[in-house]
Amino acid sequence: MADLIATSACAGRLPKTIGDVTLTEIVFGAITSVAPLKGQEEAVSDALKAQIGAALPKPNRSTGKAAARAVFFGRGQTMVLGPRLAHIEGAVMTDQTDAWAAVELDGPSARDVLVRLVSVDLRPDVFKQGHAARTPIIHMPGLVLRTGADRYLLMTFRSMAGTLVHDLETAMEGVAARG
Amino acid sequence: MRVQGRGLIDRNTPVSFTFDGVAHEGFAGDTVASALLAGGVRLMGRSFKYHRPRGPLTAGSEEPNALVTIGRGAAADPNTRATVQEVFEGLEVSSQNRWPSLGFDLMSVNDLFAPFLAAGFYYKTFMWPRAFWEKLYEPVIRRAAGLGALSGQPNEDRYERAWAHCDVLVIGSGPAGLMAALTAARAGLDVILAEEDARMGGRCLAEREEVGGRPAHVWAGEVLAELGAMPNVRLMTRTTVTGAYDGGTYGALERVSHHLPATDPRRPRECFWRIAARRTILCAGALERPVAFRNNDRPGVMTAGAVRAYLNRWGVATGKSVAVFGNTDDAHRTARDLADAGVHVAALIDTREGVTGPAGIPTFSGSVVCNTGGGKALDSITIRRGGREDRIAADCLAISGGWNPTVHLTCHMNARPRWRDDILSFVPAPDAVPGMEAAGACNGAFSTAACLREGAEAALRVAEALGAKAAAPELPPAEDDPYRIAALWHVPGKGRAWLDFQNDVTVKDVHQAAVENFRSVEHMKRYTTQGMATDQGKNSNVAALAILADATGRGIPETGTTTFRPPYVPVSIAAMGAGAQGKGFAPQRLTTSHKATTERGAPMIEAGLWYRPSYFPAPGETTWRQSCDREVAMVRTAVGICDVSTLGKIDIQGPDAAAMLDFVYTNSFSTLAEGRVRYGLMLREDGHVMDDGTTARLGDQHFVMTTTTAAAGQVMKHLEFVHQCLRPDWDLSMISVTEQWAQFAVAGPKSRELLNGLLDQPIDDATWPFMSCGKIAVQGVEGRLFRISFSGEHAYEIAVPARFGDSLFRLLVARAEGMGGGLYGMEALNVLRIEKGHITHAEIHGRTTAFDIGMQRMVSQKKDCIGKTMSERPGLMDGGRERLVGLRPVGAVQQLIAGAHLFGMDDAPVRVNDQGYITSTCWSPTLGGTLALGFLKRGPERYGETVKMVDHVRGITAVCEVVNPVFFDPEGGRVRG
Amino acid sequence: MRITCPICGARDSREFSYRGAALALDRPDPDAGEDAWAEYVHLRENPAGVLRELWYHEAGCSAWIVVQRNTTTHEVLGAELAAEVAR
Repeated sequence: MADLIATSACAGRLPKTIGDVTLTEIVFGAITSVAPLKGQEEAVSDALKAQIGAALPKPNRSTGKAAARAVFFGRGQTMVLGPRLAHIEGAVMTDQTDAWAAVELDGPSARDVLVRLVSVDLRPDVFKQGHAARTPIIHMPGLVLRTGADRYLLMTFRSMAGTLVHDLETAMEGVAARG
Repeated sequence: MRVQGRGLIDRNTPVSFTFDGVAHEGFAGDTVASALLAGGVRLMGRSFKYHRPRGPLTAGSEEPNALVTIGRGAAADPNTRATVQEVFEGLEVSSQNRWPSLGFDLMSVNDLFAPFLAAGFYYKTFMWPRAFWEKLYEPVIRRAAGLGALSGQPNEDRYERAWAHCDVLVIGSGPAGLMAALTAARAGLDVILAEEDARMGGRCLAEREEVGGRPAHVWAGEVLAELGAMPNVRLMTRTTVTGAYDGGTYGALERVSHHLPATDPRRPRECFWRIAARRTILCAGALERPVAFRNNDRPGVMTAGAVRAYLNRWGVATGKSVAVFGNTDDAHRTARDLADAGVHVAALIDTREGVTGPAGIPTFSGSVVCNTGGGKALDSITIRRGGREDRIAADCLAISGGWNPTVHLTCHMNARPRWRDDILSFVPAPDAVPGMEAAGACNGAFSTAACLREGAEAALRVAEALGAKAAAPELPPAEDDPYRIAALWHVPGKGRAWLDFQNDVTVKDVHQAAVENFRSVEHMKRYTTQGMATDQGKNSNVAALAILADATGRGIPETGTTTFRPPYVPVSIAAMGAGAQGKGFAPQRLTTSHKATTERGAPMIEAGLWYRPSYFPAPGETTWRQSCDREVAMVRTAVGICDVSTLGKIDIQGPDAAAMLDFVYTNSFSTLAEGRVRYGLMLREDGHVMDDGTTARLGDQHFVMTTTTAAAGQVMKHLEFVHQCLRPDWDLSMISVTEQWAQFAVAGPKSRELLNGLLDQPIDDATWPFMSCGKIAVQGVEGRLFRISFSGEHAYEIAVPARFGDSLFRLLVARAEGMGGGLYGMEALNVLRIEKGHITHAEIHGRTTAFDIGMQRMVSQKKDCIGKTMSERPGLMDGGRERLVGLRPVGAVQQLIAGAHLFGMDDAPVRVNDQGYITSTCWSPTLGGTLALGFLKRGPERYGETVKMVDHVRGITAVCEVVNPVFFDPEGGRVRG
Repeated sequence: MRITCPICGARDSREFSYRGAALALDRPDPDAGEDAWAEYVHLRENPAGVLRELWYHEAGCSAWIVVQRNTTTHEVLGAELAAEVAR
């Protein structure tokens, strides 16, 4: 019998370049939710740092680099993007590898595209590299993480991947067509 | 007529466009109005009610008369203001509200009936017969009145929405706005300067007065160059701030491509912005008001400021022989500009006594214009001085009746403007909108120098409030003339004197309202329709309420204004709903099996945001019932596959996870063994059922809760409320794992056989009894298996990480089909659960209790839980309540209908005799008959009785027998098989 | 309207959902009696003025927050985490 075949959330839809912006799907090796139990924040942060070299981030921030990032994901919750984690004592850990569609928006007009989908303040001096926001992407639950000068990582529910790509494409076309 | 050497248009770029099919020429920088006026066209529209011929009154977005339709077909934009619409090559402009043509409009016959059509005419005349209103009167009246028409076709144009943030939002780019933006920007603040016009500068573009020793537009250009070079400044032209909202949020409409040929379908027409600003400086300027006198609405009658704007900005003389009438020095300025440009000024008429006009211009002081002459265009005016009236020739009349500060945005949060007697106008109340300052003409400061000063001062105050260091800028020298005005609202006399040009409201109508005791300004407005047109009374409200004040013997401040509400200018529905057309309306949630499902031609139905298959048509099947019956039989005799990933799944982990579940469910979960599953019932705090579902214990401190598809979000919110607000001491963490797992029901007598060909380790009844759960693996991929059943058959739900969902689904389907089974959809799922008497949100619809659904014994007496106390209220445990039953038809009519009501056999089917209602029905192929679930008073005590079902909507009555709601396999032997 | 979430900062009010007066925090004991329960479940203060109320940052960080808001002006005077208030 054939092996089970893995399909990514945006399979067949990306990458796409419109104007000066490129939209690419990012498939992480693992996505793990890490939620420290009471009084365990410091110990969990230290253990995480020992595993991936990045501590638990403060609210609205991220730590680490592209290969292994820890991102604020809500009240008492951090999402580790990249490596598969060994269990950390004192933390509730949940596999979310398949729960999220992740895309990267990259290019000089990326921010112009994003302000058409996201209501939070994205001015470059306010939303700096490494900053993260849990906020809706239009009507979709979302995470916005600034990963470069003109680069953003966006995440939403996997089931909404088609709408995410559709809405981003529409915004990219609108921005590109303004010239 | 163009005036050589004047205007800021680009004479090297001619532009051709059409108006009602006739070719016209303009230049880049022209509006439709300026280009048509340059070509000698003054008739641009017809009024709403009397179909009076009308030309442009203004040169801005407040225009009441020159409303036109742009483009054609689905892309046509009706009610576009010709004074705002820029010309471009190939632009098609059409007039509206006329038939057969603008020049010869048959509906202008209404004007002859004007004596009958005054305010209140419709209300009084078309009272009865009552039935005639909807069928006859209203359609006829609506056809005769009205503006541009919609195409009736779907609009394919794109509209978008966007968000912006700034420290300081400056609204308006005249002298005040430019100084405010410059001062704030130099202090390092993030500034958005929003300007409605295509070009920044405000009145700097329209006046001859110098600023800083150079033409005002040159000075404005220098400031804009400096602003444009600053990274902290964003200049937004063609952007009207339409509303002020709570917390420093503003709505703004950007006209993105109305000024461009439609070459790129992806380019949006408009963008609706929501701007969050820490502080706002309103520099919206002022609007000039006309004066009411007999026949003051002829094409050729314009505000004086508009006449100067057409001359100085667009190089257009609005007439060959222009008369100027007013009660301010602006009238003199207008006469001077016209004369300087070589345009003949026929007369300057000033209501004030003893004033002298510019040299060489015939000036009538202490005089008024009391009438005009002409047909479709002005040809003469009548001047009255004392008792004497003189008629002189003029093809344009410029009126200056004083300026109304544009206070609109300051009133959007309930503040009322204040009256200032010295300028005879309303000005913004202080702190009318938190965080907003008004500066310049919108604040009642009318000289250029005062505007510059107020703009700078407002910015300094704002900078200080935001903790930025701002330096007071050097103010360029500019005109600083005092504002002298004599009250003049209305020139008394016979005939109709127009106030609201678009809605055809006259001075007489306002008087009529006062006579009939509509003395409140709000009542007068609604009785006369004054200010209810697309210009929302910008040109006429102040004069109308001044006349009402006079007619009712009150002062203007006592009379007050009507309420200013957003939007400041008309906003298209498309812009308000921007981004929400088609697929943008709501996200689509698609399961991992969506592709395979649609490949099989399954019609999809929406469940919340999810899309689920209704049924799977097999070759030869022509109705859904055929497919559904086959799918039900398949599950009952072989094995069926159904994607159940849409059910909410919530992981609950931590030392207090079990305590949490005990508290939110009526029954106990701390006693659940690891590797076991239990059905749970969840109440709202008011004692009614919220949701139900199964919860599995995967580890000592690890549970996974299942919710219904529809209630997943609500349950998550509820759980977080309970944890954060009621039991923050509990140590646990919850997270939705709905999206992580692709989960499929494998249901039917052959389900275990199917799985045993697929799982890496085979299962048997001893290790996987009914209501067990645990880890499994499929080809090395770790997943979860739950032996649970919604169909009443021996069944499982198998879950794998979602990336393997599509692949596993196809494997399951292939295996099932090889065993005489296959896919089943929502219709079959529904039949299967009704046969078993399993409830869904059709039954737990928010008004039913555990008692009503026969689950009162699930409310544990050993512990507290959400909703327990209130569920024990006597009224909720009363035996006479409507309670869950099964129903089967026993008469000739075999159809049972969800929503139909139940009555005693001998009772009249009226409300007082109502005994209950049906919630779910189906045709059961298993039992060969119609089944229904419903609620009936004292239901469980009445098995075997017959009741009458009446569907009042469809007029269907059926006799049915009350039975146990578990129709099929009531002993439950099959799930354990 | 904008609400400052204690965790996320100032956000558009559309990210939040509303649950009325913060009375919901003070759940009575099961045996507190009919009156206490009726008040808890059914009665809410509805002042024209400052009100302590519960909001859920549903589309953001999932925090329940206690917001002080003036119901006549919609001015938001402050917000704190419900979990810390309830503690």
